[in-house]
Amino acid sequence: MTVAVEGLSGWPPPVLDPAGPYAGSVTALTWVLIGMAVAVLLIVLAALYIALFGKGELRRRLGGEKVIWILGIAFPTVVLTGLLVWGLTLTRHLSAPAAEGTALKMRVSGEMWWWRVDYLDEAGSTLMADANELHIPVGRTVEIELVSPDVVHSFWVPQLSGKLDMVPGRRNLIRIQADRPGTYAGQCAEYCGGPHALMGFMVIAHEPAEWARWLARRRAPPAAPTDAQAQRGGQLFLAAGCGACHRIAGTPANGLAGPDLTYVGARRTLGAGILPNHRGTMMGWIGDSQAIKPGNRMPPYRVLSAEQLEAIAVYLEGRR
Amino acid sequence: MPATLLLLAACKPPPEGRHPMAGADAAAGRAVVERVGCGSCHAFPDIAWPRGAVGPDLSRFASQTMIAGRVPNRPDLLAAFVRNAPAVVPGSAMPAMPIDEAEARDVAAYLYTLGAE
Ligand code: HEC
Ligand code: HEC
Ligand SMILES: [Cu+2]
Repeated sequence: MTVAVEGLSGWPPPVLDPAGPYAGSVTALTWVLIGMAVAVLLIVLAALYIALFGKGELRRRLGGEKVIWILGIAFPTVVLTGLLVWGLTLTRHLSAPAAEGTALKMRVSGEMWWWRVDYLDEAGSTLMADANELHIPVGRTVEIELVSPDVVHSFWVPQLSGKLDMVPGRRNLIRIQADRPGTYAGQCAEYCGGPHALMGFMVIAHEPAEWARWLARRRAPPAAPTDAQAQRGGQLFLAAGCGACHRIAGTPANGLAGPDLTYVGARRTLGAGILPNHRGTMMGWIGDSQAIKPGNRMPPYRVLSAEQLEAIAVYLEGRR
Repeated sequence: MPATLLLLAACKPPPEGRHPMAGADAAAGRAVVERVGCGSCHAFPDIAWPRGAVGPDLSRFASQTMIAGRVPNRPDLLAAFVRNAPAVVPGSAMPAMPIDEAEARDVAAYLYTLGAE
C-alpha cells in the first residue's frame, strides 16, 4: 500500500510518447528527421569507404563531376526542400488559431521561475486565476496565449505539443491536446537564469464531464477555515506579509508577485512542479524555500516557529 | 573481511548488530525518502537535491544516540518517528509524513546507513 503522494507522477516527461495530435506530429517529424540523418550518414560512410578502399574504376567515378552534381547538389536541395515544406505543413496547426468557439482558451505567463495560469472566456478576460498547474478536458484543443513579463521562457509539455518560447512584449499561441486522461509534466525549455532547471509544471487531463464539474467548483473560492488551527494559520499568513506577494481570493491577500494560492491545497506539486504537495513539503518550502530552490524570489521564513509553520500549512492545505 | 575482523576482535559490533531492522530494505527506503520529499527539510549525504534546511542535516544520523534529542535511537522508535514524529516526540517540529508502516521501516533502515561506522 502506498499512501497518497503521487504528486510527481509523470516526471520526468517522456519525450517521444505523444498523447495527442499536436505532439503526434512533432514526434512524427522527429522520427523522419532521425531516419533521414541516418540514411545520409550511411551514404557518406559508403562514399568514404569507396574513396579509401574502393577499386580504381569505382573511385574514379565517385570523384567525377556527375556525382558531385547529383549527390552533392541536387540530392540535398531536393531532400532538404521537401523536408522543409513537409515539416512546415505538418506543424502549422500547432500555432494557427482554432475555429471560433471550439477551443478552450488559456493564458500562461512564464515568470522567474514559475507559471501564472489564467482560464479565459471567449472575450479573453480571466475566469479564474491559478498557477503551476493546468487542468484540461480530454479530446478538446486548448489554445494557450504564451506571454512573459521578464525574460524569455519556453513552454514545453512533450507529450502534448511542441515547444514555444514566451517572449517579453509578444503574445505567442500554442495549441495542446490530450487524447487520454492523465498527468503530463511540463518544463521550461529556455534558460531563464538561476533556478531555471527547477521551473516545471503539471497538466492534468480529465474526462470532459469531470472537467466541467471541476471548473464549476472553482467558480467560488474555497470556504474560510473553520477549525482553530487553520484559522490561526490564516491570520499568520496575513500577519507575516505573505499577502504582499500572494493572492488568496476572498481574503485581503492580493499580491501578484508570486503564485496565486487560492487553490494551492489542490495542487499536485509545490515550488513549480518540483516537490509533492503535503504538510511536510509545505512547511519545508515556507520555512526555507531558498535551501530547496536557491535564488527563487520568495524569502525564507526562519523567524516562524514550528507551530506557526504548521498552522500556515494547515490553512493552505484547506485552500482547495 | 573487515566485518569478520570486527567480530573476531569483538571491540565494536557492526551497524547491523546495533540497529537490527529485520526484513527492511535500505535502498527502497532511500527511494521513499526521495519520492516523499524528506529533502525539503533535511540534507542527506547521498541525495544531491533537495537539501532542505528546516530540519537537521542527517549525514551522521546512524551514529547518533538520540532521536530529536529526546528518545533513544532504536529501530522501532525510529520507524514510528519518521512516520508520525509528534506521536513519538510530543511537540516535534517534524510533521507526520504520508508513508505507511512498511515504508517507514525501509526508511529507518536507510537512515541507519548514514554515517554508520
Ligand atoms: C517577496 C514575495 C513573497 C513573499 C513575501 C512570500 N512569497 Fe511565497 N512565493 C513567492 C514566489 C515568487 C514564489 C514562487 C517561487 C518559485 O517557484 O520560483 C512563491 C511560492 C510559494 C509557494 C509555492 C506555490 C506553488 O504553487 O508552488 C507557497 C506555498 C508560498 N509561496 C507560500 C508563502 C507563504 C506562506 C508566505 C508567507 C509566510 C509567502 N509565500 C511569502 C513570493 C513570495
Ligand atoms: C517540515 C520539515 C520536515 C520534513 C518534511 C521532514 N522532517 Fe525530519 N525533522 C524535522 C525537524 C524540524 C526535526 C528536528 C527534530 C524535532 O523537532 O523533533 C526533524 C528530525 C528528524 C530526525 C531526527 C534527527 C535527529 O538529529 O535526531 C530524523 C531521523 C528525521 N527527521 C527524518 C525524516 C524523514 C525520513 C523524513 C521524510 C519521511 C523527514 N524527516 C521529513 C523536519 C522535517
Ligand atoms: Cu527557464
